[in-house]
Amino acid sequence: MYDIIRQLDEKRGAARLGGGQKRIDNQHARGKLTARERIELLLDPGTFEEWDMFVEHRCSDFGMADQKIPGDGVVTGYGTINGRVVFVFSQDFTVFGGSLSEAHAEKICKIMDHAMRVGAPVVGLNDSGGARIQEGVASLAGYADVFQRNVMASGVIPQISVIMGPCAGGAVYSPAITDFIFMVKDSSYMFVTGPEVVKTVTHEDVTQEELGGATTHSNKSGVADWAFDNDIQALLAVRRFMNFLPANNREQPPVRPTPDPADRKEPSLDTLVPPNPNQPYDMKELLFKIMDDHEFVELKPDYAKNIIIGMGRMNGSTVGVVANQPLVLAGCLDIRSSLKAARFVRFCDCFNIPILTFVDVPGFMPGTDQEHGGIIKHGAKLLYAYAETTVPKITVITRKAYGGAYDVMSSKHLRGDVNFAWPTAEIAVMGSKGAVEILFRKEIRDTELIAEHTEVYRTKFSNPFIAGSRGFIDDVIMPRDTRKRICRSLNMLKNKELKNPWRKHGNIPL
Amino acid sequence: MFKKILIANRGEIACRIIKSARKMGIQTVAVYSTADQNSLHTEMADEAVLIGPPPSSQSYLLSDRIIKACQDTGAEAVHPGYGFLSENAGFAEALTDLGIAFIGPNVHAIRMMGDKITSKKLAMEAGVNTIPGFTGVIENADHAVAVSQEIGYPVMLKASAGGGGKGMRTAWNDTECRDGFERASNEARSSFGDARVFIEKFIQEPRHIEIQILADGHGNVVYLGERECSTQRRHQKVIEECPSPFLDPATRQAMGEQAVALAKAVNYQSAGTVEFIVDNQRQFYFLEMNTRLQVEHPVTEWVTGTDLVELMIRVANGEKLPFTQADVTLDGWAIEARVYAEDPFRNFLPSVGRLARYMPPPESDTVRVDTGVIEGGEVSMYYDPMIAKVITYGSDRNQAIAQMCTALDAFYIRGVSHNISFLTALMKHPRFVEGRLSTNLIAEEYPDGFQGADIPDEDPSLFVTVVAAIHRRYMDRAARISGQMPGLERQVPNDWVVFMQGEYYPVHVTPVPGGYDVNYQDELYAVRSAWEFGQPLFQGTVNGADICVQVERRYLEYRLTHGGAQVNVLMLNPRAAELHRHMPVKLPPDMSRFLISPMPGLLTRVAVQVGQEVRAGETLAVVEAMKMENVLYAERDGVVAKVLAATGDSLTVDQPIIEFE
Repeated sequence: MYDIIRQLDEKRGAARLGGGQKRIDNQHARGKLTARERIELLLDPGTFEEWDMFVEHRCSDFGMADQKIPGDGVVTGYGTINGRVVFVFSQDFTVFGGSLSEAHAEKICKIMDHAMRVGAPVVGLNDSGGARIQEGVASLAGYADVFQRNVMASGVIPQISVIMGPCAGGAVYSPAITDFIFMVKDSSYMFVTGPEVVKTVTHEDVTQEELGGATTHSNKSGVADWAFDNDIQALLAVRRFMNFLPANNREQPPVRPTPDPADRKEPSLDTLVPPNPNQPYDMKELLFKIMDDHEFVELKPDYAKNIIIGMGRMNGSTVGVVANQPLVLAGCLDIRSSLKAARFVRFCDCFNIPILTFVDVPGFMPGTDQEHGGIIKHGAKLLYAYAETTVPKITVITRKAYGGAYDVMSSKHLRGDVNFAWPTAEIAVMGSKGAVEILFRKEIRDTELIAEHTEVYRTKFSNPFIAGSRGFIDDVIMPRDTRKRICRSLNMLKNKELKNPWRKHGNIPL
Repeated sequence: MFKKILIANRGEIACRIIKSARKMGIQTVAVYSTADQNSLHTEMADEAVLIGPPPSSQSYLLSDRIIKACQDTGAEAVHPGYGFLSENAGFAEALTDLGIAFIGPNVHAIRMMGDKITSKKLAMEAGVNTIPGFTGVIENADHAVAVSQEIGYPVMLKASAGGGGKGMRTAWNDTECRDGFERASNEARSSFGDARVFIEKFIQEPRHIEIQILADGHGNVVYLGERECSTQRRHQKVIEECPSPFLDPATRQAMGEQAVALAKAVNYQSAGTVEFIVDNQRQFYFLEMNTRLQVEHPVTEWVTGTDLVELMIRVANGEKLPFTQADVTLDGWAIEARVYAEDPFRNFLPSVGRLARYMPPPESDTVRVDTGVIEGGEVSMYYDPMIAKVITYGSDRNQAIAQMCTALDAFYIRGVSHNISFLTALMKHPRFVEGRLSTNLIAEEYPDGFQGADIPDEDPSLFVTVVAAIHRRYMDRAARISGQMPGLERQVPNDWVVFMQGEYYPVHVTPVPGGYDVNYQDELYAVRSAWEFGQPLFQGTVNGADICVQVERRYLEYRLTHGGAQVNVLMLNPRAAELHRHMPVKLPPDMSRFLISPMPGLLTRVAVQVGQEVRAGETLAVVEAMKMENVLYAERDGVVAKVLAATGDSLTVDQPIIEFE
């Protein structure tokens, strides 16, 4: 038995060293941590239970038979974040460049299967050169096995991907299916085809960072939810972010005590909306002021800034927020903002997170760009997402709620549970100027008359009362009371039950 | 006594006047422009009258509208505050004619003192020192020497057509005077095409010290000590104090008596201020007389125990002064700091916008805050950017300074830029602390503008221990989240590392009732506070000493502000700190090749094209902000590589407009 224990120690030692000290030093020199160091920082200290440390690849071609490293390029297991169980896999770039072999894929699949069985989130730390070329199709099969599990787990357990090195080719599709992607600036990239192929095919000269770096994906493509300066910040961010999420779709979001009174008033909100309807204001001020402890965590902060999505807590429990941002493009809905919000709404619905919607929307963005880009289809996604949700939905119209965009933004008609309006709300088909120009097209030259009609239209519709008279809003509330009224509504909705008809799945306009 | 008065002003001074009136049981009427609809003074007054659109020329400066407001509301008197119509003789006259009292001096005094030449003449007649000089044309070098000898060295030779320091020469003796005359007139000829030069006494290390006087309609005039307002930036007062750290009792008395003499010469009535310039030998010379309440009047009020607004109202009502000169004593020390909505880090560019957060320090026996705004209010581009005054009191100057530092630490403003860090840095500047003031202090000590204080380098313990306690508190609460795995419940460690400005500071933090004990560098710091999550001010004690640190949690980092310094902090456990050393240091991108928008605004013109060579000083672009055109010039020669924004674009602050090769 002593012999076995000695061998065990040796094997563990070898596994822990991964690709060897030299490669570890290389990894550090690149400003990256090793797979194990990352797990150490992600999980509560001393809680990591590693599985499959002794798994080795089964490839014998191209001299691989002599090159075996226990663990085969990925560290897997489970541990806790703030005492709550998460499963984790962490690809080891020091072992065969973190490339994915059949055995490597099997390890990932194993923890995913377990996570599904016990209902716990999976965090994947990606740092891999791609498929293990020596293994050929077996490696491709491994990817597909992971993809299939990502899809089955979608909406059942939260899946978070952190891209901390290369992630190219088919490999990108596993993170792409997961709920959130965090990236590290300057040391991670994601693309389907790399700069060399791009150069050959399209003659474009582009760097890895420009093509698929963290900044590109968090600003331009919207693929990443967040970009962080380094590995440590990314891992600390995941730790904090996990505190918002329930472990699975059968659980309510976690609760954490707060000293912040639910009836806290914020008098300064009474003047948030400027008297001039064309003057923008920062919707984020409202979000920070009404959340527990003034804390609001924004997702995709640099992408489609005309809509804000993110999470905070009220009554100590998680809420998801969607809000138009009048500071950017007047807060209008366009292709990118619709996609950004739609996916987030569906995430919240999957995981029982109530959705708060703050509306100041002048409508959909006009233009050939938008129409030819398919705003019809993409706008419909947001509409579809809101309409199918069954979690509590609370809506506050702060100012404009015009046209189709009013309908889309969690209106009463889309089963909004509680719909409030501030006294500054204007719920109408369009702004008064535009409306009068259509209604009185013939008199359009008579500027005096048009001005008069505009004023009439404004007094009639630029208020929340017409919508109120139809019951489309439940109450007009003072801005200062917004937190109190939302907290109370959330408590009232705690046991809300709403079921959609049985079906295999709906057909969202993808 | 009047039953109702109207305040023809806005902002902090209107609020301050309302307070005194209310104390005296007098009803108040505010006037406001549409920009001030929701402002504090409009809300505080018993009645408020809309007098016009935002520009002051169409509202606060329209005497007709204000007089009509008086008639409509039945106000019996008008307090003009400072600025606007406060020194407008026509306005005072119109009111007086209608039988409405003007709470200020008589029309004659306003007129006489409003004219620089007349007032100087009057001052000389009244025996007030004026700056010796010869205003005629100097004929030649000999004449210059003769005149200078009469004035007494040092003297300043100035080009009559001068400006911007050109054609100016200081002379300390006859030789320098001859030489200086030649040079000054040559320079004047080449710069302005006009060789005329005049000579004036050169004031060394000039200080701005003014005397507060108060007069009733019964011939009584007293002086209420002085105020030193030398701490100025480009003629804008920043810090004022009473008394002056420079005056001796004899000088004070001499200045006071001259001020009283001047006031008597114009039958002055009400509060007024006689401004002097004082040289390093305590020679003082008359500058001008302000026939109104001054911005900085609170320091005098505190040290003399008076309420100048109340006294002005009483005098206007015909009452006698309730005290004589013999009763006036200066007790303790008061300092005032003006809080401006301006960005000290961007050459004091004015800032406008919504006050998303606004929490002035609480008032106490040692702190007074005269504020004109509230949280959620708007700092408008139409008016003066001063939003509040912090006045602190101590039995001596050092105590007043210490109180000011504490008060400024607790002043929390977000949404618009403000100069609080600059004020704090001034309070800690050795020259200010030692009282070695001059009107050039700021220009001399901050020749390249203000870059922020770096106090934490000297002693980071306050930031380190406070952030350790705050983070521990957040971690302890995070550990109370629901759904934890039995047996693996989160245990918050005691050892942490504070990562701040590139340095690692290990700490050991243990919870104790009422706070945390923080071990840092083998010393125990007892951090105690009732602070709650999300509160922007961490107030409490460290080892028994009162502290106030501003704290913002920005997802991963904490941003701390104290003593004019601001730092970002990342909290790491010891293992993370060890690994953190592998993380690359990412410097902010080098923006020196870019033309950056200095403010949010509209790009109205790009004056250059790609490939164009530009020379330093050439116009590159024009940004319109706050309805003002801001021309951006090339700082050095270069070639335009890219134009990154187009005419008509809305720019954010720091947005690149042009890239150079």
